[in-house]
Amino acid sequence: MGHAGPTPEGERPVLNTTIMLFLVQDGITNGAIYALLGLALVLVFAVTRVILIPQGEFVTYGALTYATLSAGQVPGTARLAVAMGVVAFGLDLFAGRRSLHPSLVGRAFAVNIILPVVILALTSWLAGRQTPIAINIALSLLIVAAIGLFLYRIAFQPIAHTSVLVLLIASVGCHLALQGFGLVFFGAEGQRGPTLSDTAFTVGPLRFSGQSIAVYAITVAFIIGLWLFFGFTLYGKALRATAVNRLGARLVGIRTTLSGQIAFLLASVIGAISGILIVPITTLYYDTGFLIGLKGFIAAIIGGLVSYPLTAIAALVVGSVEAFSSFYASNFKEVIVFTLILPVLVLRSLAAPAVEEEKD
Amino acid sequence: MKQRLPIMVFALVMAAIPFIPGMPPFWIVLLDNIGLAALVAMGLVLLTGVGGLTSFGQAAFCGFGAYTTAVLTTAYGVSPWLTLPASLLVSGIAAVVLGLVTVRLSGHYLPLGTIAWGIGLFYLFSKLEFLGRNDGISGIPPLTIGPLKMLDPGTIYFAIWIAVLIAALLTMNLLDSRTGRAIRALRRGHVAAEAFGVQTPRAKLLVFIYAAVLAGLSGWLYAHFQRAANPTPFGAQAGIEYLFIAVVGGAGYVWGGVLGAGIVVILKEILQSYLPYLFHGEGQLETIVFGILLVVLLQLAPTGVWPWLMARLPFKPKRRPPDTSLTLPARKRTVAAPAVLLQIDNARKQFGGVIAVNNVSFGVQAREIVALIGPNGAGKSTTFNLITGVLTSSGGTISVLGRNINNAPPQEVAKLGIARTFQHVKLVPDMSVLENVAIGAHLRGHAGAISSMLRLDRSDEARLLAEAARQIERVGLGDQIDALAGSLSLGQQRIVEIARALCVDPILLLLDEPAAGLRHMEKQQLATLLRQLRDGGMSVLLVEHDMGFVMDLADRIVVLDFGTKIAEGAPQAIKTNPEVIKAYLGAVA
Repeated sequence: MGHAGPTPEGERPVLNTTIMLFLVQDGITNGAIYALLGLALVLVFAVTRVILIPQGEFVTYGALTYATLSAGQVPGTARLAVAMGVVAFGLDLFAGRRSLHPSLVGRAFAVNIILPVVILALTSWLAGRQTPIAINIALSLLIVAAIGLFLYRIAFQPIAHTSVLVLLIASVGCHLALQGFGLVFFGAEGQRGPTLSDTAFTVGPLRFSGQSIAVYAITVAFIIGLWLFFGFTLYGKALRATAVNRLGARLVGIRTTLSGQIAFLLASVIGAISGILIVPITTLYYDTGFLIGLKGFIAAIIGGLVSYPLTAIAALVVGSVEAFSSFYASNFKEVIVFTLILPVLVLRSLAAPAVEEEKD
Repeated sequence: MKQRLPIMVFALVMAAIPFIPGMPPFWIVLLDNIGLAALVAMGLVLLTGVGGLTSFGQAAFCGFGAYTTAVLTTAYGVSPWLTLPASLLVSGIAAVVLGLVTVRLSGHYLPLGTIAWGIGLFYLFSKLEFLGRNDGISGIPPLTIGPLKMLDPGTIYFAIWIAVLIAALLTMNLLDSRTGRAIRALRRGHVAAEAFGVQTPRAKLLVFIYAAVLAGLSGWLYAHFQRAANPTPFGAQAGIEYLFIAVVGGAGYVWGGVLGAGIVVILKEILQSYLPYLFHGEGQLETIVFGILLVVLLQLAPTGVWPWLMARLPFKPKRRPPDTSLTLPARKRTVAAPAVLLQIDNARKQFGGVIAVNNVSFGVQAREIVALIGPNGAGKSTTFNLITGVLTSSGGTISVLGRNINNAPPQEVAKLGIARTFQHVKLVPDMSVLENVAIGAHLRGHAGAISSMLRLDRSDEARLLAEAARQIERVGLGDQIDALAGSLSLGQQRIVEIARALCVDPILLLLDEPAAGLRHMEKQQLATLLRQLRDGGMSVLLVEHDMGFVMDLADRIVVLDFGTKIAEGAPQAIKTNPEVIKAYLGAVA
């Protein structure tokens, strides 16, 4: 992430108002990204009970796919989407083998085969041409969204009924595999992408780039959008119902697999957007996403994995703590950020009501 | 001794392996690594598989063990063997500190919390000056026994595998004991365990510390095996891998940890050495395959490989039947029991705006069967939960033998001799009937974790099991004593709960719908049993919907409706009470 801390080793600059404002600004920009990721994690957990460790991979995939497209190359993620689509199609056919209606096969074929193949064809065709940024962004989002969707279909849908622990371990497996693929596709070198907008303006000592404004705007838009979606739409309520009681949701006609797919789709898009937003500011490596995702986690945990506004506020706190600790004790930045969770956990355990959990 | 035979064979095989002529030293290194991983995985088996507490942070505890000995031996010149207790102590203390915070967390908070402090500690190891930052500490002296220096993988092999075998034995002993049953009950929620006096937070902390100490031992061995310590093997990735090992092997089984370590370490080695030839690829192909295999494995065998193998064994291990001639001393009672055992005065429970129990008062006398009846939602089970301390009351007093037990924790209520069953059966389904029932006698045993591990608890344990077997016989389930509780019919499971409650040696038995799911004959047997218990001096308070059963059995009936007591009296009077008829059948009936 963008490091504001202008700290040469050893010599400690004095914190004045300008630096403090810089740190606050940096913290808010980082925090906004963590908020987006935290929201996605809350969303996925609430609907599927999956603790989505690979959220970080969605970030790097989005960022590096965008950077690769901008460099005029075909990203490996487009091919991965096709491969995962084929597997997902196979699983769909296998799952529906007792009643293979043409409509079912057709739908599965369209979603799992045609969609990723079209995306791949499009990226190959566009490679080497001067494509506008908007198209690159759209393509990156499509590719990562497809991967997110297929990831749920392949890895989680078959074990959707199992315990949180089993889902968590599967999630770790997905993280390992996707991170390994990331290294194959993007190499060990870090990459940066072109900025979304080069405009900038200054208020007092602070300089606001168009990029950071975009970060704030998109984060706020997503928070409001998710709040509206879950609070006021039928699909949003169906998703919440799935989260509370899978069987009950099925009995009233909610397709729980669809809920899971929507959740993963949203999460992967949010992750990819976060990645595209930060890749112009900071150099991303194939494995950077894991740490970024975990900081989103801290925010999500502070938010109790249920509350969107609380998660967003917590994310800003995490971002600010990170910025300030990189100023005061840059060596221990990560230690401080990850230790931040302990007092929160203490508070949560004190406040947690002693409810009986019916575990399977 | 028969149960120990496979372990002795395994120990002999492991001891013989280094002496096989032509054994490649590389394989010995591999076995060393398997042993080191198995130690950590075994702790996780107890913590995650048995206790239900998922931890991604075990690698950090290895780090505590490794760095403790690294610092003490290199900077202070302490002899390696002397650092062993120090390493274990440091990991244990770290576990107490982290455990006090994390162990109380419910469900998914725990794994997330462990990821967070796991990573935090990793960065701490890699930034601290006196731990050598990212480079770590090298030049750690080898373990020595007299003139023998354990410099090469072939000699430290024995140290590692002796540690594995001892740890496995201690862990199995612990699981097969009074404390072990309490730990095994944790995974199914704490209400049932606490109703029989188990201090669940303490039990959780215990397994957390135990797992951390095993990880610390692994770290200590690792430091002297590598003769160096750096942060990498103690990071989040390693923590994830240990959990993976436990799940692959079978997270609920001690030997699953060892098997999982073998599978994963060997698999990683194969992947690392052959994948580059197959694909000519650069990069971490093994992590991709590793991750995919993990997902596939979970879909095919979510419980792991060890139980899958055990199910295919031609012979089944059998346990010795308990010697029922042993007896437990009866629980201490107050000398002159007053006539009124349980007195409830204006008990009240509000959930937000809902008044579930509205100033209800009644009493239970000695040698009396009282039935608590009422339509669904009348507050019967809530009343039970108030009496047994599961819920805190919003008002009124509840006293047992003249002692106020308002909002006493469930364990204290159990100590007074109040035992209960649950409306929704709360047994541990993968434990045998005998073991489930023995949890009821938890407060009548005394052996702690250490004495259980060292098998000093056997006479205590034998008496507990004998008592459990007697109560199972008494409720008529003698044939099912070794069956898994989850395999019984729902009606039988309710009877098992009664046997478990009887193991408390109670003065008052609270039964929540005991006859539900029973056949006619079984109900009659149950009624006979309850009458016998009453005539033997016990009191019974039961919630039941089967009116025939209740009217026939109860000495007195208390009727609740919408949280309020509407009638109390002998069965004959209740049958004709207009209020009761109105509550059950409606106003015009």
